Amino acid sequence: MSAHILEVSGLFVSYGRVEAVRGVSLSIPVGGIVTVIGANGAGKSTLMNAIMGVLPSRGEVLFQGRPLGRSLVEARVGEGVCLVPEKRELFAAMTVQDNLQLGAYRLGRSAVAGGMEEVFARFPRLKERRGQLAGTLSGGERQMLAMGRALMSRPRLLMLDEPSLGLAPLIVREIFRIVTDLRKDGVSILLVEQNARAALQVADEAYVMELGEITLHGPASQLAADSRVIESYLGLGARH
Amino acid sequence: MNATIALFLAQDGIINGAIYALLGVALVLVFAVTRVIFVPQGEFVAWGALTVAALEAGTVPGTAWLLAVLGLAAALLEVVRERHAMSVAKVAVMVVRDVALPFALLGLVIWAAPMRLGLAVYVLVTLVLLVPMGPLIYRLAFQPLADAPVLVLFIAAIGVHFSLLGLGLVFFGAEGFRNTPFLDMSFPLGPMMVKAQSVWIVVVTLLLLAALYAFFERTLLGKALRATAVNRLGARLVGIPVRATGRMAFALAAAIGAVSGILIGPLTTIYYDSGFLIGLKGFVAAIIAGLASYPLTALAALLVGMLESFSAFFASAFKEVIVFSLLIPVLVWRSFAAGHHDDEEEE
Repeated sequence: MSAHILEVSGLFVSYGRVEAVRGVSLSIPVGGIVTVIGANGAGKSTLMNAIMGVLPSRGEVLFQGRPLGRSLVEARVGEGVCLVPEKRELFAAMTVQDNLQLGAYRLGRSAVAGGMEEVFARFPRLKERRGQLAGTLSGGERQMLAMGRALMSRPRLLMLDEPSLGLAPLIVREIFRIVTDLRKDGVSILLVEQNARAALQVADEAYVMELGEITLHGPASQLAADSRVIESYLGLGARH
Repeated sequence: MNATIALFLAQDGIINGAIYALLGVALVLVFAVTRVIFVPQGEFVAWGALTVAALEAGTVPGTAWLLAVLGLAAALLEVVRERHAMSVAKVAVMVVRDVALPFALLGLVIWAAPMRLGLAVYVLVTLVLLVPMGPLIYRLAFQPLADAPVLVLFIAAIGVHFSLLGLGLVFFGAEGFRNTPFLDMSFPLGPMMVKAQSVWIVVVTLLLLAALYAFFERTLLGKALRATAVNRLGARLVGIPVRATGRMAFALAAAIGAVSGILIGPLTTIYYDSGFLIGLKGFVAAIIAGLASYPLTALAALLVGMLESFSAFFASAFKEVIVFSLLIPVLVWRSFAAGHHDDEEEE
């Protein structure tokens, strides 16, 4: 068994003739939090969608030492990979409870009750709102529901795409607290963030992505002190 | 017109409305899950009635052959298309499910057809032959186009409709058939006689609608179908196999079509091309409900059925015209009421 839950090497993703991700390699240790920071349009979301199988890609993606090859998204969910996309992609016309239930689709009905208890313990707000339609939730609640729904499938690797986007600072702090909690429960995390400061605080390792390529890589604490990172992503006026 | 005639017309309207409700709900279901406007829905109605008729006559229905051919074609196509990603076990499962089973079924029908085993058996055989055709047609015609725009899927659906229509003529001939009723009796209700078959239609429709409601509200699979309809990408991200939900939707539509055909077979003469017009009225109901709401579709279907039976009395030459003209004010009203926020629902 490899010490890494995910190993990506030489990954290319193209939209038509435009290469959005060019030869990206990265790895996530088991139980680790890895963040990819970078400006808008650097290819971070594209990278995650390719790992999830939503977008076709070239290159190798090993999950728990086995190549994911060309397997479908739904098969990857079954293996234990889960993506919380930037747009959340909730089932707006269905209740919170139904959304969570469907999160456990691959595990079957027997896994629903236990999983739902755990999610409600983590996100008490969702318990209050469980009969409400997902489309009527506030931004923060939607993000909680998207994460809760993902956790229902008991992922080994959880990929979060801009979990703090558009949320109030108090809720952002709450989301990041939950991210660190998840690691304690053995979930490995790949975090894509524009809020580089917060991301570097919770992550063990970090990658900087620019124009589809990885330009810097190292321990998060080291990158947080790197002058180039400070200048481009952490300094005043670096808010993207 | 007196009260007795009005009651008769209402009775007709309710029966027609019940069938249109079933078909409308099936159309909404297929559209929501796969974005296909299932034009060939009506063929399943005609084939439901005609397959029973063929079995009643002691002959082998062409649909039994078609199922075997469709199964073989779907299996071949899938093996060619996905030869890189298929394991031996998967191919074996497919050969058994798509090739061996349909051919075994064909053999069974050929063997048993002259024995005249009775109406219950005919109905069962008809369902077993027609229901799997839904998913097979989905795999052959629509799955390869799953990401295509709605218009392309619609054109494909029209293509499938014409193919099936032609096949229907080959299988059953140009002659019409009227089947034996399940219960050949009538009883008085107030001033009029009600055929047991009519009651049977309404009861089966209500039971089916209730079963569908329970399926969508209570079961994980039903919710998965709804989820695929609400947000396809979201559904994939929670691991719902959207191809399988598409097949499931087509199986349900085929089943609903076949049941409708079996139900109306004894009440009216069905020809190979009768299905299209019946399906189209279900479609009118579905459109009135915005191709979105199941209860509204059922209500609209009842309205369509009533309008049809009353206009048949007052202006029988214009019966169809009146029913289809109903669409114009509805579409005008919808285009004003809907405004521009439809785009937000896109994935």
